[in-house]
Amino acid sequence: MSAIVQGATGPFEMVIGLEVHAQVISRAKLFSGASTAFGAEPNTQVSFVDAGMPGMLPVINGVCVEQAVKTGLALNAEINLVSVFDRKNYFYPDLPAGYQISQYSQPIVGKGVVTIDLPDGTAKSIGITRLHLEMDAGKSVHDIRADATHVDLNRAGIALMEIVSEPDIRSPEEAGAYVRKLRSLLRYIDTCDGNMEEGSMRCDVNVSVRRPGEKFGTRCEIKNVNSVRFVMRAIEYEAARQVAVIEGGGTIAQETRLFDSQKGETRPMRSKEEAHDYRYFPDPDLLPLRLDAKWVDGIKAALPELPDARKERFVRDFGLSPYDSSVLVTEKENAAYFETVAKGRDGKMAANWVITELFGVLNKQGLDVSKSPVSAAALGGLIDRIKDNTISGRIAKDVFEIMVETGKDADSIIEEKGLRQVTDTGAIEAEIDKIIVGNADKVAQFRSGKEALKGWFVGQVMKATSGKANPAAVNAILDKKLKG
Amino acid sequence: MSRLTDLSLREARGGLTRRSFSARELTEAHIKACEAARPLNAYMAETFDQALAMADESDRRIKAGQGRLLEGMPLGIKDLFCTKGVASTACSKILKGFKPPYESTVTAKLWEAGAVMVGKTSMDEFAMGSSNMTSCYGAVTNPWRRKGDNRPLVPGGSSGGSAAAVAARTCLGATGTDTGGSIRQPAAFCGLVGLKPTYGRCSRWGIIAFASSLDQAGPIARSVHDCALLLQGMAGYDRKDSTSVDKPVPDYTTVLSGSVKGLKVGVPEEYLVEGMPDEIDELWQKGIAWFRAAGAQVIDIKLPHTKYALPTYYIIAPAECSSNLARYDGVRFGLREKGGDLTELYSNTRAAGFGAEVRRRILIGTYVLSAGYYDAYYLKAQKVRARIAGDFREAFKQVDIVLTPTAPSPAFGIGEMMDDPIAMYLNDVFTVPASLAGLPAMSVPAGLSGDGLPLGLQLIGRPFDEETVLRAGGFLETAAQFTAKPAWLEGGHA
Repeated sequence: MSAIVQGATGPFEMVIGLEVHAQVISRAKLFSGASTAFGAEPNTQVSFVDAGMPGMLPVINGVCVEQAVKTGLALNAEINLVSVFDRKNYFYPDLPAGYQISQYSQPIVGKGVVTIDLPDGTAKSIGITRLHLEMDAGKSVHDIRADATHVDLNRAGIALMEIVSEPDIRSPEEAGAYVRKLRSLLRYIDTCDGNMEEGSMRCDVNVSVRRPGEKFGTRCEIKNVNSVRFVMRAIEYEAARQVAVIEGGGTIAQETRLFDSQKGETRPMRSKEEAHDYRYFPDPDLLPLRLDAKWVDGIKAALPELPDARKERFVRDFGLSPYDSSVLVTEKENAAYFETVAKGRDGKMAANWVITELFGVLNKQGLDVSKSPVSAAALGGLIDRIKDNTISGRIAKDVFEIMVETGKDADSIIEEKGLRQVTDTGAIEAEIDKIIVGNADKVAQFRSGKEALKGWFVGQVMKATSGKANPAAVNAILDKKLKG
Repeated sequence: MSRLTDLSLREARGGLTRRSFSARELTEAHIKACEAARPLNAYMAETFDQALAMADESDRRIKAGQGRLLEGMPLGIKDLFCTKGVASTACSKILKGFKPPYESTVTAKLWEAGAVMVGKTSMDEFAMGSSNMTSCYGAVTNPWRRKGDNRPLVPGGSSGGSAAAVAARTCLGATGTDTGGSIRQPAAFCGLVGLKPTYGRCSRWGIIAFASSLDQAGPIARSVHDCALLLQGMAGYDRKDSTSVDKPVPDYTTVLSGSVKGLKVGVPEEYLVEGMPDEIDELWQKGIAWFRAAGAQVIDIKLPHTKYALPTYYIIAPAECSSNLARYDGVRFGLREKGGDLTELYSNTRAAGFGAEVRRRILIGTYVLSAGYYDAYYLKAQKVRARIAGDFREAFKQVDIVLTPTAPSPAFGIGEMMDDPIAMYLNDVFTVPASLAGLPAMSVPAGLSGDGLPLGLQLIGRPFDEETVLRAGGFLETAAQFTAKPAWLEGGHA
């Protein structure tokens, strides 16, 4: 993947903007008291309001408003003290009232910015256009019977935040980093669980291409992409498709497309001509939403430490590289794990162990840190044994593997397996003497200037001591003996 | 003793308290009247068993000395109110058979105050109309007849069934809803008092929506005092309706005897519309003279945007209705007409379920909200609406109340104007401005037309100042001495 699509006639640049629908964490729906719990029997969490019964009226859920404000603050965005709910009118069986209550011209949150960290160590700012609150629709189920569609309204009315980015994204990698960063932020502040498989975070991706320096091309919107990987693949495919159309002498039609993850391609859903006229107008059942500036300030003051601040703190306090730091802070559980490991220890060493060894194991086993077979305290204990020269770094990796397999702590493994490092210089000296005597030819070569042979001698000592000899001691004694 | 059905609500309350008769007797008398009045077609559903059970409960309460505000009072309930387990259909075929599992806030409050439901009253379909001709249950006949003319007349609309039911003495009062005049105009056509409270005074929860920013529930009764009692029972903040207003409800009956001396009564020149019959203007002048004679100060005022009120209303109300009525799609409740695919299911259901006037307004509303037309129609209309409200705000710096006619004509014949929707819409010319401004307004019967039909005068007050409206209305009622009775009561319907 890359930022540039190399066409037959020259390079093209991708221009990408994302609309992320994030389900708000709240016990009740946006405009009714019905429960939002996931996985209940169909149509068991539906109030009369959600079902669009005659005479029913929406009442705004204050918790959802607070969550949106919290999110806006985490996105460094303007909070609009007055916002308006509008009706978006269209007919569909999973939309009982025949309109979705959303925010159109006056959203609750205005312009903001999100910083993404890229693997090359650079950071980039992605503008946020707006965040607005709206209600989710129900689910149409088409596969129960061939001749009928069933409707489940459990989801109808659950609060969503639609977070719209500026067209600042230039590559699939940036798009992936943006979605991950957004998810990280939302999880830090507990406003959305970010679970894309369950659909609590869904992306609409706007993609266009242009030759470098030209103005924006016509965009296509890819609807409802439900994983970071698919977002990246959809962009890759769509950009290539658009370049091919343009180079073939065609023009891009503004349209809505869907991503087929099986085939890895995008296909048109409906064109602009068939597009709905949503007939937006302010919902007369709801007064404009007015927020008290002091209340907003209170929420701001109560925000937890956010990923960017934590990342800076890790760089400052633990001497980590910005990239390592950003890897550690993405998931707040990972960051907390790392902090436990690093507390009172060498931060860089802790970071290496967490990122390379622990994340390696977790990735391989498909676990997240809460299910880690090695606790933060246990990993810290292992690092302590390296620091106090009980074991070498190399032996520590073997110990770690056993910890993963058995769940035992480092000390008992070291004891059981007799892995304690040999620091007794007498014992090491004796082994070295034996090797020098048995390899007079290599000693002669070394002494005649082939100093690279020293590594071979170190290896022999380690072999003889099953790797348990203290490397520093081995080096010091070897230096003395070999130079004679 | 006079018949129990001839009592006013106030008198009936007194009778029950004094135990002159029982709540059951009172309800039975009204049930009999309902049965006798079936030719008027005022009710779309009768709930006599329920009424008797409620009356018995009232008798128990009265016996125990626990009588409430409206204990044992038989009422008609407009079919726009959702009543639990009882047909609630907005008189539309699309909701035929719909029995909601919930009770509207306003009716729940009435039952909590001890009132008795004798039935659901007919209305124009989804409250759209000024004649009650668009009800899917057929036309309602006005109990009044022109002098020497037995042709049936409309009761007005949309709360025409409620007005006819009260005028025919089949209940002591009724609920109505008023979006652009739907309480006041039928009250005027049937010689009754009808009060549209301030927008936000009564909860809209459980009232089938027509135009949400205008709909407001209110009472129709045979006297100002009765209206005050009913409003007392209906009004109040409801957290389930975000547009209801959290203000205390005053005791409305205590203000009725107040004098109007020194009251500043505004008379807007813009309400003298072209083509208005002289007798309406003459009645208006009479009303002005009564106030002046009683020591009120009559002041000419200007409401310069009045002429835009009707077109503004006929953009905003249809726009909201086009969205509010989208839920009647055949998917979850009410009528469903089969179709080969989803679009056909929708169009077959809605074509079969909605009458011509409702379809017309949905089409107008859909058009004015469409991309490219929104600014020119809906947004412009909202701006004009703000100007109309501004006119009143200015006027109320000078005056305490505004006096106008209620409707530009007395009741017209059944079937008249049906082919001319514009002429029909003109019926609302005097009532719509107060609706757009959200103000309390009341029609009081003040005289008879040349051919013997009741005419009403309208009083418009400041926001949430129903008290002044009632006080001025009480004065008008006394001054007018309106005692005429509809032909129905005189056995005049052949």
